[in-house]
Amino acid sequence: MPLGGDGGAPYLRIEGVTKRFAGHAAVNNVSLDIGRGEFFALLGPSGCGKTTLLRMLAGFERPDAGAILIDGQDMAQVPPYLRPVNMMFQSYALFPHMTVASNVGFGLRQDKRPKDEIATRVSKVLDLVHMGRHAQRKPGQLSGGERQRVALARALVKEPKLLLLDEPMAALDRKLREETRFELVRIQNRVGITFIMVTHDQEEAMTTASRVAVMQSGNIVQVGTPREVYEQPATRFVADFIGAVNLFDGKVVEARDGAVSVIVEGLDVPIQAQGAPLAAGTAVSLAIRPEKIVLTAAKPEGASNLVQGVVREIAYRGDLSTYRIDLPSQKAVRATVPNIDRLAGPAVEVGQQAWLSWSVSAPVVLTQ
Amino acid sequence: MIYGRRRIFVPLMMLLGFCFLYGPIVSLIVYSFNSSRLVTVWAGFSTHWYSELFHNDAILTAALLSLRIAAISATGALVLGTLAGFVLARYRRFHGRGLFGSMVTAPLVMPEVITGLSLLLLFVSLESIIGWPQGRGVLTILIAHMTFTLAFVAVVVEARLSAFDMSLEEAALDLGARPLKVFFVITLPLISPALVAGWLLAFTLSLDDLVITSFVSGPASTTLPMVIFSSVRLGVSPQINALATILVATVTVVVVIASRLMLTNEKRPPA
Ligand SMILES: Nc1ncnc2c1ncn2[C@@H]1O[C@H](COP(=O)(O)OP(=O)(O)OP(=O)(O)O)[C@@H](O)[C@H]1O
Ligand SMILES: [Mg+2]
Repeated sequence: MPLGGDGGAPYLRIEGVTKRFAGHAAVNNVSLDIGRGEFFALLGPSGCGKTTLLRMLAGFERPDAGAILIDGQDMAQVPPYLRPVNMMFQSYALFPHMTVASNVGFGLRQDKRPKDEIATRVSKVLDLVHMGRHAQRKPGQLSGGERQRVALARALVKEPKLLLLDEPMAALDRKLREETRFELVRIQNRVGITFIMVTHDQEEAMTTASRVAVMQSGNIVQVGTPREVYEQPATRFVADFIGAVNLFDGKVVEARDGAVSVIVEGLDVPIQAQGAPLAAGTAVSLAIRPEKIVLTAAKPEGASNLVQGVVREIAYRGDLSTYRIDLPSQKAVRATVPNIDRLAGPAVEVGQQAWLSWSVSAPVVLTQ
Repeated sequence: MIYGRRRIFVPLMMLLGFCFLYGPIVSLIVYSFNSSRLVTVWAGFSTHWYSELFHNDAILTAALLSLRIAAISATGALVLGTLAGFVLARYRRFHGRGLFGSMVTAPLVMPEVITGLSLLLLFVSLESIIGWPQGRGVLTILIAHMTFTLAFVAVVVEARLSAFDMSLEEAALDLGARPLKVFFVITLPLISPALVAGWLLAFTLSLDDLVITSFVSGPASTTLPMVIFSSVRLGVSPQINALATILVATVTVVVVIASRLMLTNEKRPPA
């Protein structure tokens, strides 16, 4: 498994960690190795155990089983205030009786840093998140996004070895989010902090993280680079959760040297795909990303997979347009077309017949 | 038309309500400036009863004693009640928690006569077994007042702590503060309005308690309510009106200051 940063031994090692709440496993036998200086993203639907995992790393929850090692040291007996970890809380947890500046300076004051050093570091990190103007306000006088930025600043200012961010940018507008994301990457390169970031926004994970892990009801279902997870999802769930996808359920009818044909319900012709040799009759799902489907008004020549359908809806999205096409079986398929191509080529309008084609490498064959 | 009627009805009801609540107090204050000895006849303005009050040693000693008892027992009740409230709010599961919770809050619903009598019996039998406390007096009054006022403090503190966002303490731990420091720097300032309210509550309850005090007091420890009660039995003197006026004024000032303090604690305007 490739590790980011300087390689070598993992900085954080999570070994078979389990946490149960009233018999129900919120985190179930999770193992992960995260390298020094890596930017690691945790993705997963609400309630899958992301926050619980972070809370165990920070020391607020004790694992029922398994071990957490930071820099080779077992953390089981180490209380939160002695761990080289800072966490940004999903609920921000700003101290309501302190100003923004003293909230941010709190951690540095605990370390007994000199006063002027605290002042400069606080004002620097507040400028970073564009909150310098509000340094003397109380959290109650800030908007949701402003509070989030203060919480981020408070977690960043100590420049810990390991920074846990629980949805750090959910309440920010798009522009600020991109800026902050860029800043995080910059800070990471400068200080070499190891980041673990929880996010719902898969685009955010894709663009910032060196690796991502996808969680599903307490389990990690896939770990890999954003590209691997997007292009080679391990399960139906991952394919569906990361990005948009068309899923076809079917059965393998024939398999020979690296290629399979899959008969899919509602389609007369089998779909050709590449994949590991599977016995005929195996139930599989095919995942095809919308941008890998070529949409044409005229029937294309020599396409390996070809179906016809009726365009039902076109959603304009600026750089792209998303088409919803109904196949004869009434199954809806999504295809995206860059708007440059759409405006250049012959237009396919709503209600018209269109041809959908894709290469043999486009579908991913999924057995779970 | 309905609106027109409502416009008169609502303020009228409010006025009546206020009259009902504060009428007696207002008349008490007005008659404290009466020059006549008769409480029901107005004979002109005078501060005569106030000067007489300040020369009445019995009342002054009793007032001083009551204030001292109230301050000490409120402080004691604050410490013990905060501990009890903390345990009730934070330790949701331990053996005997239910019993502990109802025992702490029992004095809230227990008739005062019973509390007073049982405390008296306790003190008497303690004295005969271990020889402490010797006789009844200020010490036994203090113990009794702490016992019944700590229940009020515990309830106020528990309510505040149950609404407390635990992630604030976790965030402070995470940033490197040790648990004891977290308590003093985060928890205590945030629950301080409840502590102030609890202390004031305990203070006023102790200041005006008559029933329990009568059971556990001794010959040399007559509190203000006891003096007032016994003097009123011999006929109401306007001195008592003057005394009550001073008490009302003091309580008003204290409550206004306390609520101001709480407000500035909650939100301070941007500097
Ligand atoms: N203290 C607790 N007591 C009981 N159950 C809990 C507790 N904390 C979390 N859970 C449960 O554990 C599961 C995982 O919760 P967690 O907060 O880790 O989810 P999450 O992945 O962070 O979700 P979200 O994206 O909504 O923040 C949930 O089903 C939740 O109800
Ligand atoms: Mg969460």
